[in-house]
This record gives sequence, C-alpha cells and structure tokens, in this order.
Amino acid sequence: MKSVYLTLVLAPLLGAVIAGLFGKKIGRTLSHSVTILGVAVSCSLSVWVLSQFIADPGKVDNFTIYHWLVSEGIDFQIGFLVDSLTVLMITVVTFVSLMVHIYTIGYMQDDPGYQRFFSYIALFTFSMLMLVMANNFLQLFFGWEAVGLVSYLLIGFWFQRDSAVYANLKAFLVNRVGDFGFLLGIAAIFMFTHSLDYQDVFAQAPQLALETIDIIPGNSWDLMTVICLLLFVGAMGKSAQVPLHVWLPDSMEGPTPISALIHAATMVTAGIFMVARMSPLFEWSETALAVVLMIGTITSISMGLVGIVQTDIKRVVAYSTLSQLGYMTVALGVSAYAVAIFHLMTHAFFKALLFLGAGSVIIAMHHEQDMRKMGGLKKYLPITYWTTFIGSLALIGFPFFSGFFSKDSIIEAVAVSNIWGAEFAYMMVLLGVFVTAFYTFRMFYLVFHGPERMDHHTKAHLHESPLVVTIPLILLAIFSVLAGLVIEPLLFGEYFATAITVKPEHNVLQNLEFHSIIEFVWHGMLQPPFALAMAGWFLAWFLYMKRPEEAERNKQKLSIFYNILAKKYGFDEFNAWVFAGGARGIGQLLWKLGDAKLIDGWIVNGSARLVACFSGLLRHIQTGYLYHYAFAMILGLMFLLLQIWYIAPAP
Amino acid sequence: MVALSDYLILSAILFSLGVGGIFLNRKNIIVLLMCVELILLAVNTNFIAFSHYLSDISGQVFVFFILTVAAAEAAIGLAILVVLFRNLRSISVDDIHTMNG
Repeated sequence: MKSVYLTLVLAPLLGAVIAGLFGKKIGRTLSHSVTILGVAVSCSLSVWVLSQFIADPGKVDNFTIYHWLVSEGIDFQIGFLVDSLTVLMITVVTFVSLMVHIYTIGYMQDDPGYQRFFSYIALFTFSMLMLVMANNFLQLFFGWEAVGLVSYLLIGFWFQRDSAVYANLKAFLVNRVGDFGFLLGIAAIFMFTHSLDYQDVFAQAPQLALETIDIIPGNSWDLMTVICLLLFVGAMGKSAQVPLHVWLPDSMEGPTPISALIHAATMVTAGIFMVARMSPLFEWSETALAVVLMIGTITSISMGLVGIVQTDIKRVVAYSTLSQLGYMTVALGVSAYAVAIFHLMTHAFFKALLFLGAGSVIIAMHHEQDMRKMGGLKKYLPITYWTTFIGSLALIGFPFFSGFFSKDSIIEAVAVSNIWGAEFAYMMVLLGVFVTAFYTFRMFYLVFHGPERMDHHTKAHLHESPLVVTIPLILLAIFSVLAGLVIEPLLFGEYFATAITVKPEHNVLQNLEFHSIIEFVWHGMLQPPFALAMAGWFLAWFLYMKRPEEAERNKQKLSIFYNILAKKYGFDEFNAWVFAGGARGIGQLLWKLGDAKLIDGWIVNGSARLVACFSGLLRHIQTGYLYHYAFAMILGLMFLLLQIWYIAPAP
Repeated sequence: MVALSDYLILSAILFSLGVGGIFLNRKNIIVLLMCVELILLAVNTNFIAFSHYLSDISGQVFVFFILTVAAAEAAIGLAILVVLFRNLRSISVDDIHTMNG
C-alpha cells in the first residue's frame, strides 16, 4: 500500500516538474498530456483505494515514509495517515482536479503561459494531497502553506494586470493572518504534548482538556479552547470565514479553472477538512465549537446577501462559495463533522461545475464577465445551459440533487443541536436557503434568459465551447446529481466511525431519523427549507424574468441596503483604513522617529559626532612643536622611573 | 685620582645640558642636533667610566657602536636639515609645526 500512496502523491508532482521546467522544450501538447496523466494516475489510484475503504471503512493506514530530523527526541517526519476521511478527500480532490485539467485545455488555449498554468495546477494537486494525507502537524502545515503558495501564484497568473497582482498579494497577506494563528495552535499542541503526530496528540486529548494556560498572567484559560480557537483561525483564513474572507472574492482575478479548482472545490475546503480531522480536539471544547458555529453562521448569511448585488458572474459564484463554506462551518460547529465533509464533497462537484459553466460562458462572451451584458445565452450554449441548470439546482438544494441531501442534513443537524447559539444559527441557515436560491437563479436568468444585451460583435461569434470544456461539465453534472445518494453510509452508517470522533452528548446525527433516501426526500420536501428555496427561485424569476423593471425599482427603494451590500459591509474599506493605514502609520512613525531620528540621528551620526567632539579637544595637545613632544617624553620617563623607584625598589 | 662619582656627575651634567637644550632652544635646529650629540656623549662617558671601574672591556666596545651610530645620525640629520632649509628658507624650530592638530 505504501507504494500506492506514494505514487498517488508523487505522480502530479512529477507532471508539474516536467511541465514546469521543460514546458518550453516539450511543447504544449506534451505538457498538458504529462500533467493530465499524472493526475489521472492519482485519480484512478484514489478510486481504487476508495473502493477498498468502502469494503472496510474501519481500516487505518498510518505509516512513516521518511524521518526528516530527530531533535531532542522529537521526530519530524513525513508520513501518511489514510483513513476513510482522507480517502474521500483525495478522491474528490483528484477527480475535480482531473476535470479542471481537461477543461483547461480549452480555456487556456490561446494563453502564452499555457505550460506554466498546467505546472501550477498539477503542483497544487500534489500540495493538496500532502495536506490531506498528512499524519502529523508538520506535514499538514507544509501542505497548508504549499497550497497557499500555489493559490498566490495562480491568482496572479496574469501578472501583467495590476488588479491580479493586487488580488494575489491580498490573498497572501490575509492568509498570513490565518496561518499565524494556525502555527500558534500547532506550537501550543507541541508545547503540551511534545509530539506532532496526530495519533499521539489525539490520544492525549482527554488529559489536555483538563489543563489550563495563562497567556496573560493571572488569567487562566482552558487549554483546549485556546488550541482549537488558534487552529480555527487558520481554518478561517484558508476557508475564507468572516472576517478573513476578503481575499476570496478578489481571487477571481485568476483564470476560471483555478477559481473552480482552488477557490471553490478544494483548497478553500482545507479548513473544513482540518477541523474535521481535529475532531478529537474540538470535541473537548464547547466554547470553540460555539465560536465555530457563530463564525460559520455569520459567513453563510452575510456573504449570501452580498452575492445578490454582484454583477460579475464569477463574483456571484464566489460569494456563493463563501456562503456554502459558512454552511460547512456551521455543520462543524454543531459537531456534525460528517455532514460538513458530505457537504464539502457535494459542494466540490456542483461548485466546480458552476465555475466551469461560468468559465464556458466567459469563453463564449470573449472574456466579458459582466452579467448585465449577457442574457439569452440559452440557445447559443445548450450544454453549458443544462449543466449549469443542474449545478444551480444542486446548489439551491432541489430534491434528489446532491446539494439537497447535504444542505438538508446540515439544517436538520443544527435544528437538533443544543450547543450555544444553535437557535440563532438555525434561523440564519434557513434564511440562507432563501438567499441562495434567489442569487443563484438571479444569475441563471440574467445569463441564460431574457433579452440579449451583448453587442453585435460578440453576438456574431457566440457558439458552444469545445468538447474538452463540455465533457468535464457533463461529468461534473452527473456527479452533482448523484453524489447525494451516498448519504446513508456517510452520515448514518459506519463510514466515518474511526476517522471522526464525536462525543455522545454532541452527536446530533443519532437524533436524526433516517430510513431510506425516498423517505428522506419526502420528509425534506415538507420542511421549511424546501419551501424557502422555492420562494427564492420564484422571487428571482419574478424580478428578473417577469418584471425586470421591478428589480431596478426595488434597488432604488432599498438603496441603503443595496449600498451596504454593494460595499460588502465595508470590510475592504475597514481593512484598508485600519490595518493597511495603521501599518503605514506605524511604519511612518518608526521610520521618522525610530530610524531617522534614533538610529541615524543618535546612534550612527551621534557616535561620529561624539568622536569629532572629543578629538576636537585632544587636537589642541598636538602642537607640532618638537620640544613639546620631547618634554612629554621626559615627563613620562620621569614618571615611570619614579614609579619603579617607589613601587619596586631595588633589592 | 679621579673617582667614579666624578665621571658620573660630569655625565649627568652633560645629559641635563642636552635635555635642557632641547627644551629651551627655539631658534636653531643645529643646536638641537648638537644637544642630541651631547646626550649621547653623556651616555658614552657613563659607559667608559663603568667599564674602567668594573674592568670590563665590553662597555668600551659598546661606546664604539654608539659613536658610529651617532656619526651616521648626525650625517642624516644634517642632510635632512639642508633639504628642510631649501624648502622652508629657515632653520628656526618655531617654524616647524606643520604637524599640529
């Protein structure tokens, strides 16, 4: 098995290295072939491993590949922990990655950085696999930073654009904030357990939960809460939770395939995965879980609302991603880790689909992303239309589509949870369903239906995208429909029994009734979420199809709310003003006062001036007259002689 | 019979004259050189006096060396003096203070 896992991880890396270093020599076709081959190998191996785990979900493969260094008895190693959670993640990652690789052939066709792009996305696949397959915190952190790096490179892929460079810098800086918390969390774990290995740490969790820590002297805090909150800060950065979400909408500056792969389906879910992986720790801190729940709730509802007012097609999907990540975080907060991972999986399929669909529209529109200039694309792009329709239905949670199962399970889990803030969260996630349906179909109608608002030139060239684009769309659409059907083993079966730890008193899933899929759907259709989703869909239809003038009129009427949403609650302005401005202010202060005045003025020039002043006094002794020097010599001689005379008299 | 102390007193007087000459002389570098010579001769006198007193010939050998060095030094000193005079048109000690700070 060891060699299987190694091949699985290293195949994309090999592809990335070949395409990255020799891309110009071997040409475009060979570059994309080699990376696609690498990812395809990974994907097929993942599926094979998954099939084994389906047969035996309790299996855990934990082994060390390489000892990096041993210091004072602490082993820094590279190793793999493969259990049912890992296997599900790697299958999703490699499958979506493979789809995106194929899609990219069509999307990046005319781009001069073709080989570079393939190298990056294959490298991303490798990093993500390292992250999810890690068996220790060091390797987790390596993968964490590596995906951050690739994300940075890909957001700034079109580095000639100022906006792209600004966006990738922003993503990098915001992620630094999260990563700092994450690193502190790992350090705290290390400090108290003297181990970085997952299984060692998890085994010590019950003892850790009893300890307290004094960060500010005299204030003792629950150690586990501190650790979990710090780790969650890392998850907030990577999974774009409020208030560290600001980088994700801007990351849409990158090419659409990576928006689908990294900023929707896989990398941003790393935080969710990490919290699920750390479930043995999070279970010991109700405070941390409550915080997770609150952050998730706020993210899901507030970001969904912002999605309503966006006009850029990719930004609508980006805000939708934020909102759905919020849903996953809510599920984590109520200890329904399995549900969070389930939603992560279904979301990966349908959100990748929506992004790639949006990308297909963008290709057809000659890289026009403004939805106000689209409309009526249905007859020009039939395959894109139908696949996006399926993706939208999955996103709003239409019965039998994958999103329905996962989202309904989250809402049900929140409903039966009794953790602090669960009632509020329940109200908000219900409202979120309405909002999701509304912005999804607003986008859908604006793009595919209604009057054709594009100019004549664009209209003349409208045609369906090539096969390399549509085939991934179709495959993802199939999975977007079917992925929900695995709900039974995943949530109510034994699949996650060994991988995820839930305390009995937190176990919300056991309070949910599940008999069969049909019954679950039937039950779900009688619940408020379904009605709300339909209401949101209807409202979108009414405002953007039936009475388009109403939308504009309501925008005028509700201009206060509209402006708040259009400004995205002012997070960007706040950050620019307080953090960026504050940092600049402190920098100015340190420069003027600390550097120019203290160091340059006092220490550097001051010491020189002191020497000059002192030597100015001394130079008066240097008269240049010979007899003065001779006199000094004689005086010195006499002084020495007297000293010898008195101190050491002759015997 | 001239005693050892007489020689030592003489040499001390010569030495003091030399040193005093260096301090007090403000006019002439030649006098300065002569003072240095005087100091060296005072030392030589000491050497010879002790050599005779202790019946050790090596003191007198030393004197020859000192005389040789003194002669060489006087030659170089005078040569420098000539060059100095050509440049400054003066051999006054008070004029030579270009090394002051």
